Amino acid sequence: MTPERLAAFWVYLQTGPLLWLTLTLAAYGLVQALARRARFHPLVNPVAIAVALLVAVLVLTDTPYARYFEGAQFVHFLLGPATVALAVPLWRHRAAVREALVPMAIALFAGSATAVLSAVAIARLLGASRETIVSLAPKSATTPIAMAVAEKLGGLPSLTAVLVIATGILGAMTAGPLLDRLRVREPRARGLAIGLAAHGIGTARAFWESPLCGTFAGIAMAANGVATALLAPFLLAWLR
Amino acid sequence: MVYDFLLLLSFQLLGELLVFSLALPVPGPVLGLLALFLLCLVLGRVPAGLEGTAPALLSHLSLLFVPAGVGVMLHLGRIAAEWWAILAAVLLSTWLAVAVTGTILARLLPRSAAPSEGLP
Repeated sequence: MTPERLAAFWVYLQTGPLLWLTLTLAAYGLVQALARRARFHPLVNPVAIAVALLVAVLVLTDTPYARYFEGAQFVHFLLGPATVALAVPLWRHRAAVREALVPMAIALFAGSATAVLSAVAIARLLGASRETIVSLAPKSATTPIAMAVAEKLGGLPSLTAVLVIATGILGAMTAGPLLDRLRVREPRARGLAIGLAAHGIGTARAFWESPLCGTFAGIAMAANGVATALLAPFLLAWLR
Repeated sequence: MVYDFLLLLSFQLLGELLVFSLALPVPGPVLGLLALFLLCLVLGRVPAGLEGTAPALLSHLSLLFVPAGVGVMLHLGRIAAEWWAILAAVLLSTWLAVAVTGTILARLLPRSAAPSEGLP
């Protein structure tokens, strides 16, 4: 293929979702292989590395994010059905859930309020701008929920998405060792804590600890999504 | 596989419909999750194909966050200017939330369920 034909092919690829969808899956596949080699060490976070690789490619090829997203949106869309699919592990572990219903509700409420209030308070203390503070408030909720909350409160939804994912990555990396230090070994308590603070990325991590831990993380992710949507407007108004 | 997907999407759609018609402050997929759970309760089992499809989809949950994460490139300027406040807020607040949630549930849980393993 001549350079002219190659350039024409590049231009042609920009008209459809094929290239960026393929590269998103390829980056993920590569990083999964890497994570497996590192025996799923929490610091080798697949999302962080895949994002870094893709940003590098986009910057080097001078591709705007909007064009990338035209391809990647098909992957992004699956967040919805995946959330619905959490009903299956929830059903499977219903006995363990039923037994712990009231303690879970208390822990979820306390954790959810802590996540919103502490993020806002710390960012404000360190002089972050208003938009950044509002965008940070729902950072522990899962992406679609957090973006909707930020939009309603006057934050930047796309910044919130990034902060949510950064929270998920850092939470997935550090929650396990932190819970070890606090001597929290009960899988349900670990799962609930990881899923509440680090939503789906934490849940993915928690499923690797054990199915029971992952299920409780999934419950916490769903419950904290709802709780953040309900609590964040009040907490932010109260802090102002 | 196709029918399992149809089922998941239908429940998501049902969730969105409920949110829209009742003006609920909750995202559609979360209500879809609850509705599918109710269906499992009524049936007494997970709808046939979902037994395999749901875990397969959930095993690649982290992939689904990659496209939104790449959006970081839109905000590099703001992050460079406020990275200290952002990093501190995200990290400390995440640790606080993990510690509060984990210790409260660990204290309140009935002792009946034995921890899965012994000491690490």
